[in-house]
Amino acid sequence: MALLEALGLSKRFGGIRAVRDVHFAVQEGEIVGLIGPNGSGKSTLLSLLMGVHKPNSGSIRFNGREIQNWPINKRIKHGMAIVFQHSRPLNRQTVLDNIKLALLPDRVFNIHYPADIEEKALKAARRLGLEDVVDSYPGSLPFGHLRRMEVAKALALEPRLLLLDEPFAGLTPSEVGELAELILSAKTESQAIVLVDHNVKAVYSFVNRIIALYVGNKIADGQPREVMADAEVRRVFLGKSMDEEAGSLSCPVGSSADGNFLMDLNIESVKYGKAEILSDVAIRIGEGDFVSLVGLNGAGKSSLLKAITRLVNYEGDVKWRGVSTKHMTTAQIIRLGIAFAPETKELFGYMSVKENLEMGGQRLNRHELQARLDDVYELFPILKERTAQPAYTLSGGEQQMLTIARAMMQTPSLLILDEPTLGLAPVALDAISETLSTLHGKLGLTILLAEQNLHFALKHSNSIYLLDHGSISWQGPVESFVKEAGHKYLI
Amino acid sequence: MSFSPSSKNLLRFAAFLLVVFACLPWFLSLYIAGVLTIAFYFSVFTMSWDLLFGYSGEVNFGPTFLIGVGAYAAGLFNVNTHLPVLVCVLLGTLMAVIAGLLLVAPALRLRGPYFCLITLVSVLVLAEFITIFAQYTGGEIGMTLPGIISTSTMVNYYLALALVCVSAGVFLTITSSPIGLILQAGAQDPVAAESLGFGIVKYKILAFSLSAFFSGLSGALLVFYMGTASVSVVVSVSVILQIIIAAIIGGRHTILGPILGSLFIIVTGQWLQYLGQLDYVAVSILALIILLFLPDGIAGIALRRR
Repeated sequence: MALLEALGLSKRFGGIRAVRDVHFAVQEGEIVGLIGPNGSGKSTLLSLLMGVHKPNSGSIRFNGREIQNWPINKRIKHGMAIVFQHSRPLNRQTVLDNIKLALLPDRVFNIHYPADIEEKALKAARRLGLEDVVDSYPGSLPFGHLRRMEVAKALALEPRLLLLDEPFAGLTPSEVGELAELILSAKTESQAIVLVDHNVKAVYSFVNRIIALYVGNKIADGQPREVMADAEVRRVFLGKSMDEEAGSLSCPVGSSADGNFLMDLNIESVKYGKAEILSDVAIRIGEGDFVSLVGLNGAGKSSLLKAITRLVNYEGDVKWRGVSTKHMTTAQIIRLGIAFAPETKELFGYMSVKENLEMGGQRLNRHELQARLDDVYELFPILKERTAQPAYTLSGGEQQMLTIARAMMQTPSLLILDEPTLGLAPVALDAISETLSTLHGKLGLTILLAEQNLHFALKHSNSIYLLDHGSISWQGPVESFVKEAGHKYLI
Repeated sequence: MSFSPSSKNLLRFAAFLLVVFACLPWFLSLYIAGVLTIAFYFSVFTMSWDLLFGYSGEVNFGPTFLIGVGAYAAGLFNVNTHLPVLVCVLLGTLMAVIAGLLLVAPALRLRGPYFCLITLVSVLVLAEFITIFAQYTGGEIGMTLPGIISTSTMVNYYLALALVCVSAGVFLTITSSPIGLILQAGAQDPVAAESLGFGIVKYKILAFSLSAFFSGLSGALLVFYMGTASVSVVVSVSVILQIIIAAIIGGRHTILGPILGSLFIIVTGQWLQYLGQLDYVAVSILALIILLFLPDGIAGIALRRR
């Protein structure tokens, strides 16, 4: 008998059918990957398994018992455990205390800690390679260690089924390898693992079986190799983005040889406390350019964008059409015609799509606003369908669309985008890619893009600036980048 | 039980303060001992509030509902029955816990702002109730109590000090026990705490009951000390504000900090009384200055030195 069985699970949120009649089973000892792009319903499915939401129809059997109406903590007591993607550890307590929390019995008159808890917590820490940091506070630990701490907590419960929500998201490749190995060595023979991820490649070698989801439906279920060979899966997950060449979507621009740049940026220094994040960065953006700022996580890309919009202080100067913006406020800079779509999106979650867009068009009169809305809906037809829906109910890709659309409501001369592809699956990424081509190619909009995804940046840009530890280590046209610096950064 | 090094600092400081306050009445005037007695009862209110706010993450906008029920119920028993004062106090305390559990605790099951709203409304309801049943409660004038705990300033002083020690001891035991850890986990992220297998509502109800118990007890003892129960002392919204301000300037999430905050609020309030109407303004400005420069409150100083 299967350890976990989902029988015809469906879940609706308002008019959205997030999960549609999904069936699957997990055997003891198996590692199953629930894979799907953003908006495929995998997070919803996970929340149904966990008990955060109740299904509209269908049932969940765990260990032979129907559990779909059980509260979360009852499921945990019967042998489930979960590691959330976004954890909020107790920051006033040490790592060891955080792990101890998982080992406490659920008894309300619990004045004393169990005698063996220290030993058990240490053992749990050791299994995940945390023995050197047990006395540290979570706030001082790198992200990879925090993820390990969450896994240690979940495994300390000695679950029969461990649910992992994007366990490898945000980790460096070496951290991913370490964590995968630690989980595999800590896992017992009979323990089953279900993990949810949008990145097939990250989990391919880790799982025994893959269940692929797309817009709420199960589209494949089988050995990783079989699933990856499936034509529909390939279309959904790998997208067409892999086949396109650098610069293929970029458009030639009128030369800015006359020295009249839209933006002439010369930042001498940006500091956070004592740490210098940026030093001597000079970037020039001509009318109609598509400039990409590339570099690894922490290279200073976001800080540079924040300096332009004056969200952080800097030394140096940023000239807009020849005029210094050094003494302007963020609001004044935005009014110059610079729209900023931040990495964190900063959508108004409880406002509808339309209201979010209207916030972007705050300064327009009613007539202009309607015209602008129509233009933006034409660019983003999916948003027109979702017009009355609260922003937080959109999928990751749709939220990114809305972020860009809201920026477009400001009728900008320069659109600044910070990591628009972050966390997006290839299908969603293709959609963003098309949008950018339209904005730049057809509408001639000037774009400054900060992006970790080099392939994505390369195929759109005219010129590239490579940031490395806060300074520009390479700059030039996109064609030369592939020749001169590509071997180091393109895999 | 385990304490982090910084909270050991705070405990040492608390022990020092206890010695000082235990010796103080021999050096000070009876008037000051009286002010301190009120400050002690007040600090039990504040600690009880901090248990909910600092640990279980619930903002109780109606601490005076619990205090008021304790105070008025004890008073009504005293006026209408022949029970001894201490029995009246205990019955008042019990009423505070029961009323709290009946009216407020159901909101602990809900996520969102319901707890805050219900606590706030409960105070308004209580105040209305007292006014409507003025023939029993004395209404806005207040209710004079025939009973008294002791006429001796010293006895009253040490009784209040003992209550501070007992309640601080109970709160610290709870907050440094597994219950405290689970409460904090539930406050931080209820879903994450549930997914470690904890039914967090029952821990919240326990914390709330303890908060209600000590609020009610302290409220009942305070009115017997003062000889009258009145809305302006144990129910009104300005008392709520004083409790919240005292807890925050004392240092939330420390239990001991709120004692310092309460002493500060009550003692400076008395000390600045010669300013007349301005005393309230002056105390508020001082509190603001403390908050500006010590965002972790007065206890934050002790915690910062590592």
